[in-house]
Amino acid sequence: MANFDLNDDSLVVIVGSGAGGGTLGNELAQKGIKVVILEAGDRNEIQDFVNDEWESFAQLAWKDMRTTSGDWRVAHDFPNLPAWIVKSVGGTTTHWAGASLRFHEHEFKTRSVYGNIQGASLLDWPLTLADMEPWYDRAEKKMGVTGTNGIPRLPGNNNFRVMQAGAQKLGYKEVHTGNMAINSQPRDGRGSCQQIGFCFQGCKSGAKWSTLYTEIPKGEDTGNLEVRPNAMVVKIEHDASGKVTGVLYMDEKGATQRQKARVVAVAGNSLESPRLLLNSASSKFPDGLANSSGQVGRNYMRHTTASVYAVFEKPVHMYRGTTMAGIIRDESRNDPKRGFVGGYEMETISLGIPFLAAFLDPGAWGRSFTSALDDYSNMAGMWIIGEDMPQPGNRVTLDKTVKDKFGLPVASVHFDDHPNDVAMRQHGFQQGAAVYDAVGATRTIQTTPYPSTHNLGTNRMSEKPADGVVNRWGQTHDIRNLFVSDGSQFTTGAGCNPTLTIVALAIRQADYIAGQMGQKAI
Amino acid sequence: MREIERRTTVGRRVFMRGAATAVPAAALASAGMGITAEAAWAQAAKALQPGSMATLVRMSRDTYPHDHIPDVYYVRAVSTFDDKASSDADLKKLLEDGVARLDGDAKTHFKTSYLEVPAEADRISLLTAIAQTPFFSKIRSGLVVSLYNQPDIWKRFGYEGSSYEYGGYLNRGFNDIDWLPAV
Ligand SMILES: Cc1cc2nc3c(=O)[nH]c(=O)nc-3n(C[C@H](O)[C@H](O)[C@H](O)COP(=O)(O)OP(=O)(O)OC[C@H]3O[C@@H](n4cnc5c(N)ncnc54)[C@H](O)[C@@H]3O)c2cc1C
Ligand code: SF4
Repeated sequence: MANFDLNDDSLVVIVGSGAGGGTLGNELAQKGIKVVILEAGDRNEIQDFVNDEWESFAQLAWKDMRTTSGDWRVAHDFPNLPAWIVKSVGGTTTHWAGASLRFHEHEFKTRSVYGNIQGASLLDWPLTLADMEPWYDRAEKKMGVTGTNGIPRLPGNNNFRVMQAGAQKLGYKEVHTGNMAINSQPRDGRGSCQQIGFCFQGCKSGAKWSTLYTEIPKGEDTGNLEVRPNAMVVKIEHDASGKVTGVLYMDEKGATQRQKARVVAVAGNSLESPRLLLNSASSKFPDGLANSSGQVGRNYMRHTTASVYAVFEKPVHMYRGTTMAGIIRDESRNDPKRGFVGGYEMETISLGIPFLAAFLDPGAWGRSFTSALDDYSNMAGMWIIGEDMPQPGNRVTLDKTVKDKFGLPVASVHFDDHPNDVAMRQHGFQQGAAVYDAVGATRTIQTTPYPSTHNLGTNRMSEKPADGVVNRWGQTHDIRNLFVSDGSQFTTGAGCNPTLTIVALAIRQADYIAGQMGQKAI
Repeated sequence: MREIERRTTVGRRVFMRGAATAVPAAALASAGMGITAEAAWAQAAKALQPGSMATLVRMSRDTYPHDHIPDVYYVRAVSTFDDKASSDADLKKLLEDGVARLDGDAKTHFKTSYLEVPAEADRISLLTAIAQTPFFSKIRSGLVVSLYNQPDIWKRFGYEGSSYEYGGYLNRGFNDIDWLPAV
């Protein structure tokens, strides 16, 4: 394992070790490039994971202060928890469920296909599906995605079988256990899924791909990658020419350190990445780094989500087995006749009693609420995840008054639903309930969005520097040796889970960075 | 399909191990004898008046009623407030004032204390009237964790909790549903 000097200015410094940062770090290390990943969280390994929802949340989740506003219900129910994401080595790939889907072709060019949607800041990606296909191939191979590369799909659990039966009654055609970055058979030195059912709490069998025990140790084995946990980056520094020169971070003892760098890549997820760029404002860049467009922090997307839970006469035990291995894809097409543009997926989901009590209907009490929990064992559940409209006013800013323990302004998240989001959610509620009604549900429950697990768009990719923060390689338009490597690059969110695309972009970006370094362009 | 034995026997050892609170096991053993200020668990409260402790337990049951869950779990959930109140004077005041307000409302409308209002529907009307107060939201938001996060309550809801130590559900019924229409 490498151990680099703080004054080594030949390094690529990556902020964050999740889907984007962890993958980029390993890919660069494999090419012989020296990399330090600075990770704000602790290093918790598989043996540290616990099959207990709140205890695991306390262990892994990002709990530092954030603030919220806007008309979304999360702002009311969880004012200091706009997002459910991780602060730990591996980032949110420790908590994630593994659903790994490619964008549809039209989802790279929504401005052209959907047209001018009032209030939305839609933009075509400077990339097409054809551009991305080879990188999707590599990402699927790396992550061992079921249903690709000859890898069999996972067996369906009880929750899936209820969904499948309902879907078939309704005439849905594309229904299966998903494309999951979860081993259905031993692969890549990791075993197969034991149907433990705590995918959201860190997979104790290691069957589910996470940068924590795939990319990161592989990179470390090359001797070119060092991961420094408990290293919270607070500022990116630059020289008089505007080139970035390194970062300041707080180490585990709370002391400030300066790590020099040849290249800096920001991958702190879509709330922290723009926060870091904004907090790095200087006299040369008074509005924050890479922000000449004013787009840093804007166009925040979180997917149009909702859940439908249904109660049946007989037991289901939805919590047994893989949490999200089950999908209905028929509604993911763009079909404006439904009353909205874009599409959504229906995926199985299950929460245990502690989380269901907290999230089924936040703030609710009394018998209508508790009778649903009483029927827990007879319950099935699905998550609806669709494309939401980017809006310039949905944005991450620096809170004007609230500061973190280092004295830095915290991220403040403003989000209002777009009418398209509302119409899509309503459609999802209706179709989700119909699936369960078709197999005899005695009660269906519409559950409001959870704190955001998918956070996207706040440093978006654009052809023109005026429209976004980074170019088609995730390189900031303003500063050649400053990159963004996480989901905040997304120009638009597409109607599917984002991580496969984050990983594909990171693999692609590693090639570009290596090439640019080789040519001494950066 | 494999069903779950829900009648967990709550022995003294479970309390010793699982209880997150300081209420003595012996005091908890009296739970089930009714929710009164005279109960040993109410008398054992560290910060709150025994009457307030009992009122909060009644209020907790009314807020999150599960008729198959015995009082002892509600007592334990409320004890987490009592524990915190013993080192947090503001919280103690919020709780004592809240109980006093609830009792005041009960006397106005039903001529007796909250604990003594016999009909659940009447008690719910009193809670509904204070639902927007900081007192109620403190209790509700605390309870939603302290009540449901007791591992030995989960089986009573048909939830099996931690599973990796049993090898997951691969051989324990992850796909054993047997009543669906054939597809
Ligand atoms: C419960 C749950 C289920 C999910 N399921 C799926 C799924 O099935 N499919 C899917 O595609 N996606 C899923 N996701 C989303 C997925 O996890 C994220 O999209 C993905 O991990 C985001 O990658 P990222 O690189 O942007 O950020 P992350 O993976 O969140 O990594 C960011 C890392 O950066 C660190 N960091 C932040 N700021 C700093 C700083 N200033 N200094 C140092 N370090 C910093 C953080 O601590 C964190 O570790 C799920 C998420 C959750 C919470
Ligand atoms: S169900 Fe499978 S993927 Fe999920 S935690 Fe268990 S072993 Fe891991």
